Amino acid sequence: MAGKPGIRLTAFALLLMVFAAGSSAQGGVGSGVSTQAKKGEARRVESSPRGQILALSCTSCHGTDGKSVGIIPSISGRSADYLETALKAFKSGARYSTVMSRHAKGYSDSELRLIAEYFGTVSHNNK
Amino acid sequence: MSHKLTRRDFNKLLLTGVAGSAFSLFGTSNTAFASSKRVVVIGGGFGGAAAAKYLRKLDPSISVTLVEPKAVFYTCPLSNWVLGGLKTMEDIAHTYTVLKNKYKVNVIADVVTDVDVTRSTVKLKGGQILGFDRLIVSPGIDFKWDSVAGYSESVANSKMPHAYQAGPQTILLHKQLQAMRDGGKVLICPPGNPFRCPPGPYERASLIAGYLKEHKPKSKIIILDPKEKFSKQALFKKGWDRLYPGMIEWRSGAMGGKVTKVDAATMSVTTEFGVENADVINFIPAQKAGKIAFDAGLTDATGWCPVNPVSFESTIHPGIHVIGDSSIAGAMPKSGFAASSQGKVAAAAIVRLFQGKVPAAPSLVNTCYSLLARNYGISVAGVYKLTVEGIVEIKEAGGLTPLDADDDQLKEEALFALGWYKNISMDTWG
Repeated sequence: MAGKPGIRLTAFALLLMVFAAGSSAQGGVGSGVSTQAKKGEARRVESSPRGQILALSCTSCHGTDGKSVGIIPSISGRSADYLETALKAFKSGARYSTVMSRHAKGYSDSELRLIAEYFGTVSHNNK
Repeated sequence: MSHKLTRRDFNKLLLTGVAGSAFSLFGTSNTAFASSKRVVVIGGGFGGAAAAKYLRKLDPSISVTLVEPKAVFYTCPLSNWVLGGLKTMEDIAHTYTVLKNKYKVNVIADVVTDVDVTRSTVKLKGGQILGFDRLIVSPGIDFKWDSVAGYSESVANSKMPHAYQAGPQTILLHKQLQAMRDGGKVLICPPGNPFRCPPGPYERASLIAGYLKEHKPKSKIIILDPKEKFSKQALFKKGWDRLYPGMIEWRSGAMGGKVTKVDAATMSVTTEFGVENADVINFIPAQKAGKIAFDAGLTDATGWCPVNPVSFESTIHPGIHVIGDSSIAGAMPKSGFAASSQGKVAAAAIVRLFQGKVPAAPSLVNTCYSLLARNYGISVAGVYKLTVEGIVEIKEAGGLTPLDADDDQLKEEALFALGWYKNISMDTWG
């Protein structure tokens, strides 16, 4: 059934739609992070829906918002740049790990950047 | 098993034109900003509890009701550690206090007896009727009690526990192991695929062997398996040779592992090769989606629930999402980790749909740690993405602990297994 050209094309269109939908915070395609300032509030940074979806995978091992309660390192409190460097080092194998490199290899460099930005943003907002 | 978007889904798109029509794939009431945002979640396990928490965390304007009969939830992960004497039941117990108090989830201790898909209501055993704008069904597994002659729920509760839903079943099997004589024989009978926690029976054999080695060293474990191979097989077999030489025997389906009958009165099982008597018999029946999934008409001919892989919305009933063991989630295994990952993806999708927006493309993940001894852990990991073929595992990622891992690595994996458990428990119920 999925082998039929018309159906495959439509499924492909759906894929484009859901990937496009999540690529930025406010609907435009951009860095994945934008800022919003409401009256009387400190500037709160919004992360992209796609970054959020990617990052939610991390919290099962690293804890909600990246705050670990056990031996697994916390992600929380790290800057986006630090996290991006670490994730890319796990992906390339430059940094030793038991399981992280097996995970990091599942993401493109731009997806790793979105994940890093998400947790960088959470840390920023929780300050 | 790789589930694809159904032809009906694609036809909906074709008929309405692609642009702006994605919502036809995500239920009916989402073409505009939703004014009413009530979600009912059935089941408070890894999937349901994570979905409830993350719905509230991602959008506090959504009202979430979680229906779960058990006040205390015991997890299957780490329940094998209890059998091996490394953890207690208290260590694997979780309550809904934080979900109620911190995340303001309305938790109702009851059972859903009926889902009315046309009225969008669920009925509880206590008589209450709850309306929903979206429903999340996360009931875990149910057993095919009649898959083998002689087995039944009452046999499971008295003589041959499955211990594949943690709680009283875990306690019963644990007591039987403690009461067993030295030199006794333990049978573990895993089911055929697909089933919850593919490495579970083999971790169980390992940790029971650890207990027996220390307390009843003349004893033996035989695994009667209908399958020809099993999860992390090479890693388990290497570990068994190193840690428990001669104690664990695995018989594949072709080697007499297929159980055709059990007899609780004589404490024996029958295979194609003959009758096997034992002191303790842990029979794990074949599985299907949880009962409410069948009652609500969410299952297909496989006995599991087909879903849209973007939002985990049922392809049978729009507006109802099925997550966790009951769902057909492409290449993902049935695990607590996978259920949690799916719960968060469904929650994020529902938030977007209530806003009248297309959900973001899902990203899903799984890691299954298994413990073979206190300082001996192994794992299998997988990262999953959406393609035209449905949810597939990314080939470049994931995989197993290396077969030549040294003792330091195995110890680190054992520590991470517990670290993972603490964090996913917090991420789900805390």
